[in-house]
This record gives sequence, C-alpha cells and structure tokens, in this order.
Amino acid sequence: MPAADRPDSVYFFGTCLIDMFYPEAGLAGMELLRREGLKVVFPQKQTCCGQPARNNGHQDEARAVARLQLDAFPGDWPIVVPSGSCAGMMKTHYPEMFEGTPDHARAVAFSARVFELTQFLVEVLDVKLADKGRPVTITWHPSCHSQREMGVLDQPKALLRQLSNVTLVENPREKECCGFGGSFSVRQPEVSAAMVTDKVNSIEATGATQVVSGDCGCLMNINGAAEKAAKPFTGRHIAEFILERCHGR
Amino acid sequence: MSSAKDRIMARLKGAPKRPASALPDWTPPAFGDQRMARFRAMLEAAHADVHEVPAAEWPERLRVILADKGVGSVLFAPKTATGARLAQAWSAGESPKLVAYDRSVEDIKDQLVHEVDAAVTLARGGIAQTGSLVLWPTPDEPRLMSLLPPIHVAVVDKSRIRDSLAETLSAEGWNTGMPTNAVLVSGPSKTADIEQTLAYGVHGPKELIVLVIEGEVE
Amino acid sequence: MAVEARKSDFTGKAHVALNDPKLRANFRRAMDGLMTKRAAQFADAEEWTSLRARGAAIRANALAKLPELLELLEANLTRNGIKVHWAETVAEGNAIVLDILQKAGAKTVIKGKSMVSEEMHLNAHLEANGITPVESDLGEYIIQLAGEAPSHIVMPCIHMNKVEIAELFADKIKNLTYTEDVDELCAAARAALRGAFAGADAGISGVNFLVAETGSLVLIENEGNGRLSTTLPPLHIAVTGIEKVIERLEDVAPLLSLLPRSATGQIITTYVNMISSPRKPGEKDGPKEVHLVLLDNGRSRVYSDVQLADTLRCIRCAACMNHCPVYTRVGGHTYTFTYPGPIGKLLSPQLEGLDCAGDQVHASTLCGACAEVCPVQIPIPDLLARLRTEAVHPTSVAVKGGGSARSLADSLGWGGWTAMYSSPLVYKISTRVMGLVGNLMPASLPMLKQWTSVRTKPKFAAKSLHQLARERGFSNE
Repeated sequence: MPAADRPDSVYFFGTCLIDMFYPEAGLAGMELLRREGLKVVFPQKQTCCGQPARNNGHQDEARAVARLQLDAFPGDWPIVVPSGSCAGMMKTHYPEMFEGTPDHARAVAFSARVFELTQFLVEVLDVKLADKGRPVTITWHPSCHSQREMGVLDQPKALLRQLSNVTLVENPREKECCGFGGSFSVRQPEVSAAMVTDKVNSIEATGATQVVSGDCGCLMNINGAAEKAAKPFTGRHIAEFILERCHGR
Repeated sequence: MSSAKDRIMARLKGAPKRPASALPDWTPPAFGDQRMARFRAMLEAAHADVHEVPAAEWPERLRVILADKGVGSVLFAPKTATGARLAQAWSAGESPKLVAYDRSVEDIKDQLVHEVDAAVTLARGGIAQTGSLVLWPTPDEPRLMSLLPPIHVAVVDKSRIRDSLAETLSAEGWNTGMPTNAVLVSGPSKTADIEQTLAYGVHGPKELIVLVIEGEVE
Repeated sequence: MAVEARKSDFTGKAHVALNDPKLRANFRRAMDGLMTKRAAQFADAEEWTSLRARGAAIRANALAKLPELLELLEANLTRNGIKVHWAETVAEGNAIVLDILQKAGAKTVIKGKSMVSEEMHLNAHLEANGITPVESDLGEYIIQLAGEAPSHIVMPCIHMNKVEIAELFADKIKNLTYTEDVDELCAAARAALRGAFAGADAGISGVNFLVAETGSLVLIENEGNGRLSTTLPPLHIAVTGIEKVIERLEDVAPLLSLLPRSATGQIITTYVNMISSPRKPGEKDGPKEVHLVLLDNGRSRVYSDVQLADTLRCIRCAACMNHCPVYTRVGGHTYTFTYPGPIGKLLSPQLEGLDCAGDQVHASTLCGACAEVCPVQIPIPDLLARLRTEAVHPTSVAVKGGGSARSLADSLGWGGWTAMYSSPLVYKISTRVMGLVGNLMPASLPMLKQWTSVRTKPKFAAKSLHQLARERGFSNE
C-alpha cells in the first residue's frame, strides 16, 4: 500500500457485542491503530450495525438502526471494525438495504470506507509486529462472514505468523461454522449445540491452548461451550492477543 | 376454460422483465499433443480398458481380449462396417459366437437382457477432457448394444478424438440436427450409492473396452 | 388423490436426528468425502471462477427468456415427435402421467431417478391406481424397499450404511443370502431389476436440461438405469420442472462441466443421455412414444419475483447440502419436504408456503458455505434473509404464506430493540443498566436456558467500550 493511501485518522466501530461483553477487545483494537500513529475516533453515537434485525426479517428496524450509524460516522476516514460479521453487514448489505431510499448514496459511500480490523492492519497499514510473549500454540477460527463476505482469511494469519513465539496450527475444520448464527442459537438450540460441540472438539484436537478469532459472536459461543465442557483452551480476540504479545504479557 | 399452459404462461409473461446479458468468456480446455494421453488416462481412471490398435489388427486383438475373459457370445451389428469386419475376421478359427442385432428389440429382448456376454459398437468420436466416447446409435447399430450386455466394446478412430464436449458440439454442428439418441459414455456402469463405495456394472456394462484405432477404420 | 398438506417440524425432527449417532456418523462421513472430492475437481480457482460465471449467466439468461424458450422448446419437441404436457399443479401432473399410462394399458413402470416425481408423490398416485412403479436407481431402489423418502437429492440413501442395506436386502430380496459385500449387493439389485426392466410397460425419468434450440432432453447418470428406463420400455414419460430449460445445445457443455463435479466430484457422469425423438421408422429399439410433462407447482409464482427467481437457477447438484453444517448434522429427512438442505430451505417455503415450511428459513446460520460452492451462484443466504422478511411482513404477497410468522410479541420485541439501538441516549442508559445488573439474570430465562444447555452464561462487562473509550481519551469526533 503506498503511503499516500495511509490515512492520518480512522473511525472505530466497536460493535454492540464488544461494547457490552468484550470491551477489552475493542480497546485493544483501538490501541493497535493508535500505536501506528493514527488518530482513532470513537463516535459515542454509534450503537449496532443492525444485523440482528435484518437477519430476522425486520428490514425497517434494521434500516432505522443502520441509519444512525450513517449519521455517526460523517467524515471521510476509514471505518475500522473488529468483527468480520458486522463489517460484512456494513460493507455488503448496507447498499442493498438502502436501495431506493434517499440514504442510498451515503450508504454506498459508507460501505466503501468499511474495513475489518486485521484487513486494515495488513492491507493499509502493513504493520510489523515484534513478539515479546512466551511460546504458545494457537489455532485460528475465521468467522463465516469474515471469510465469505469480507474475504478475510489470510490477513489475520499473516499477522499471527509475524509473532515469532507463536505457533499457529491449522484446524482442518476451521472453515466450518461454529453454530452461533445470532438468533439461530436460540431458534435451533440443539443444532447450534451440536455444531459448537463439534467446533470445540476440533479445536481441542489441534492441541492449541488458545483459539484466536476476529469475531466476538463466535468467541462467545466457542468460549461458552469450551468453558462448560472444561476444554483445555480459551478463546481470545485477535486484537487483544496481538496487543498482549507486543507488550510482552 | 383456459389450459394449464395458458395459465402458466400468463404468469411467466406477466412477471417483471429482466435483461439477458452477454455470456462471460469461458474457454474449454485443450490438450494439444497430450490429447490421446488424457483420453486414455481419464478412461482408465474410470475403470475402462484402453487399447491402441492398428486398424488392420483390431478384430484379432479383440478376439484375444475376449477369449481371455471367457466370453461366449458377442452381439454385433451386421450391417455396419465395424460389424461386417468383425464377422469376416472371426469367421475362421475359435471365436466367440456372434449374435446379430438385426431385428426389433421386441423380437430379441430376452436374449439381449439375459444371454449375450458382450457387444461391439463403433463410437462416433471421443472426448479427451472427460475420457468420453460419443455414441450416436443408428438403425443398424441400435441403442441397447452399448447398454445391456455385461461387456461393451467400443471401437473409436483416434483421429475423431477431440479435446472437449464444447469443441465437439460446435465443430460437428450438433445443433443443426440431433439424432434420436446421442450418448456420452465415460466408463462402465457404476454406483456409489452404498456407503460411497464404488461398484461397477449395477445396471449397464460391468466392463468397458475401448479400442482406439490408428489408421483407416475398415 | 389429494396430496396431504404437511407442515415442517424442523426442531422436532432435528432433535430425533441429532440423537441418532449412527445417522450422524453416516452423514458426516459421506459429506466429508463429497466435499474433498469436489474440492479436488475445482483446485484451479481461475477455471472455477470463469466456468461458474458462465454457468450462472446461462441459467440467468434462460430464466430471463423463460416464456419464449418454453414456447420454442415445445415447438421443437413436437416437431421431433415428443408430446409435451403442461401441469400447473402436482395433482394435474399425476393425472397426466396416469392418463398416458392407462391409455397405453401399462401396468408396471420402471423409474429412473427423478426428484420432480418425488415432489409429485407420483409413486403413491400410481399405486393407488393399480400401477406398479419400480425404482431402478440403486439408491432409490433401496429406499423404495425400505419404504422411505430420499434424504439427499443426488444420493437418496446416503443416510443408510452398508449394514442397514445388507439387512434390508436380506429381508426383502427373495433367495438372497445375507451379505455386506458391496459388489454382491449391487449384483443382487442388478439381478432383481433386470426382469423389471424387461417387463416394464413404461419408463419414467426426470430431466437435467431441456434444450430449447434442438428439442432435446438431457439426462445424466452413472448406473445405466436412466438409459434403460428411457430405451427398453415401449413408452417413456419424462417429468420435470418448467425452469429446467436452457437456450442452446452449446450451453450444455459448461453446465455439464459444473454439475457432476459439484455433485459427486466426478469430472463427468458415466452416461450423458440426449434424447430428441421417439423410435424412428427402421430403428430397432427405443420407446415408440416419448412424453414430457412440464410441472409448474408454484415455480411461476417464484418466477414473478425478480430476486427470488434466482432460486430457479438451481441445477440440483446438491453441493449446497454437501457443504451445509446444518444438513450434515440433521440429515435430509429433517426437512420434511422433497428438497432438503439449503436449496430446500429456499424451495419448500416458496412451493409449499411460508405457513407450512417457514421454520426452515431460520434453520440456517447464514454462514454462506452453500453460496460459496453453488455452481450457478445462487445467493442462498440473501434469499433466506429475504424469505425471513416475507415471513414477518404484514402485507407480503410475493411468497405463499407470507406474513404468517408475524406476531404481536415479535413486533413488540423488535420495536423495543429498535428503540434501544436507534437512539444513542436509550442505548447508553440500557448498556449501563445491563453492565450493572445483566449478570444477575438467571440461566433459567427462556433464551438463556437454551444457550446454557452446552455453554456458560455470557458475562456483561462492568464498563462498556463507550465508557472505556472516553476514559482512555479516544476522540468522539
């Protein structure tokens, strides 16, 4: 990426799940950007991307919430999102959701500014990481929407591979959905339970002591199941994981 | 009362129009001097036997191949050049019994379904990409020959093997006149319906023998 | 015969399937194998991208011209001597098939694999009218013996393992000694079905592609039973949906390069059968009559919606179900209707109605594994999201049974959600409150109870990211 494309400021969209359950992951994401010399702007008006309503068929409700986000990020800076799923919603679905409405043009412009965090760190900032942590074996869990809507699969792995004391082992079933799916987990609880049970078993089989992911929806699901089944690994958001490694913790 | 067709068509025609678009480019594969190698490899991967034989020798080679398999009776098409050649070459010496498919299926059904061991047909051509034989059955060489007996022998002229189906369809102008039945055959009959385990000959031929002829097919 | 109205019970049937370890092992093993084989076929990403773009455009264009192509198809088939029939409903389709058979005096029918005939419940209709249908595709034959429905659109008995089939054969096939040897089981089926082929008064098959330009029926298969069903009996009846038409013969090549590779990981099926006429004078075999029954059964309604019409691009390869993490775990019978997996979740609610099959549009995480492998680029998750919208839309007319999932509780719930997330102030207060008391919620609450069946309770953070961002000096604008 030529330096000219490197902005001096970025917006950060924290996501509602991180806001309420995993704020440390969000903070870590903002710190990673600040470390690169960027001004990180966190608009206090932001709430949620609107995906839960859209995925449950409530388009008007999804648009009402999405419109607030269009208002909350008025400048031209990139909007960095520590979640492939929320980023995918904003990048791929906002334009179609607002088609035929007065907000369509700004939804299109908004979506063009959306980046998933690791995508931004690798493709725009070309960050270089120095590992100060102890040796550890991890595996990666790509969220479905990060890999399929955002095309983000290699970028986070490239970051993790920069960490000299981190051994990244591939999970042969990494691309398979963990079974979260938002309301799916309560509409089809037994199918969801079967999926996450298989997912934590496949993670355990890699021998990793940590599973790193870029999406807190998956992590809430995987961590909850791993904890309940007393599995010998824990899940971490990639922002928190990387920041800790760089600080030597 | 309107017909079902009228009602269906009315709904289709009443639907919002949508534009047709230009087809994106797509190039079917080409194999150059590897065409024959590809044809053979694909057929063999599909469990067929492939023999490259000079034109003058194929009936004799086939006699040996079938004798090794203990074949007793062979269905043939007496009015085709292939069939005539076979009958002529096999008229002398120890050969499997030749059964002519020379009447309607209704008059020969039991024999076809239950008795003959093998059949010999000509293939119109071949397709390297998929290891396929192109069959256009004719009044003299009927459809069931390549289907009912446990062994199907197909004779194909090497010069009529093409790279792909796309090339075959366009170069031979199939769309200007289709036969009653055209078939691509890419191996013996098979199934994987039981635990994804491959098994051959569940309904059609258990064995496919392909004789690739070099030089004029007489 | 009236077709019984059925209702989907995805949750109930999934419960049964999930608790059947044998069934789950059968599906997992089969789907893993199919995914590996497909991936090997499309290892060249560039080839896959251009081929599938071509395939998708061919199907999209055929749909764009559907009315004209159907007229052209009928004209060309008629010219070729193939009789064309139109059925608006399943009942009409069954009546047409029965009438053709009765006029021919047919008593026994040999069937090649046809999902549309499953959609019609044709076998039951024929049996009720004194005609014996015998399925000849090995998988279909097995489930007919077992009295079951297909659990997969390409491999109908994929839910059964070798031992189950061995037991079934020993029980149902006369004079067969019990064997688990697959070759011996296939030989037993061959022997049992040879007589059925020879004695059948008619053959019934499906169709993979209808070629408008030449008036041809293209059928693909591996066993040879499709060719036998359409060659040996004196009468052949093909049944298929109106959406199967394509414009030109050359369109067959790329579609054929997509279908078997996506379906079973084969570069081509053993047989590709192109039928363009009944037996001509002088020809020694082949059926003397060939009929094509074109079934609508709701397809023209699907067609009426430009977005949902993408459903009709489907070429029935089953790659979507082979790659579906839900289908893999619950199997095909969980879907109640003829078409399981992701494509079934689109088709059943549209053909049967959202009031009958609406639960299926929510039986998906929208993970997108299906769309990723779809050879004709059907945007399955987007269409599922659209059907979810139609299900709760107060004035939905686009889909049969639209609006049937609407409820006061649902409206109020989402109204409350919107009030919270579309107002920065309400949101701020709500997250503060949740941070303070959220963790006091008992795990026995309705949604938490399901969540905590295999997971621990999520923990609300004491301070939200909004608060922490302010405290750490991150600018608001």
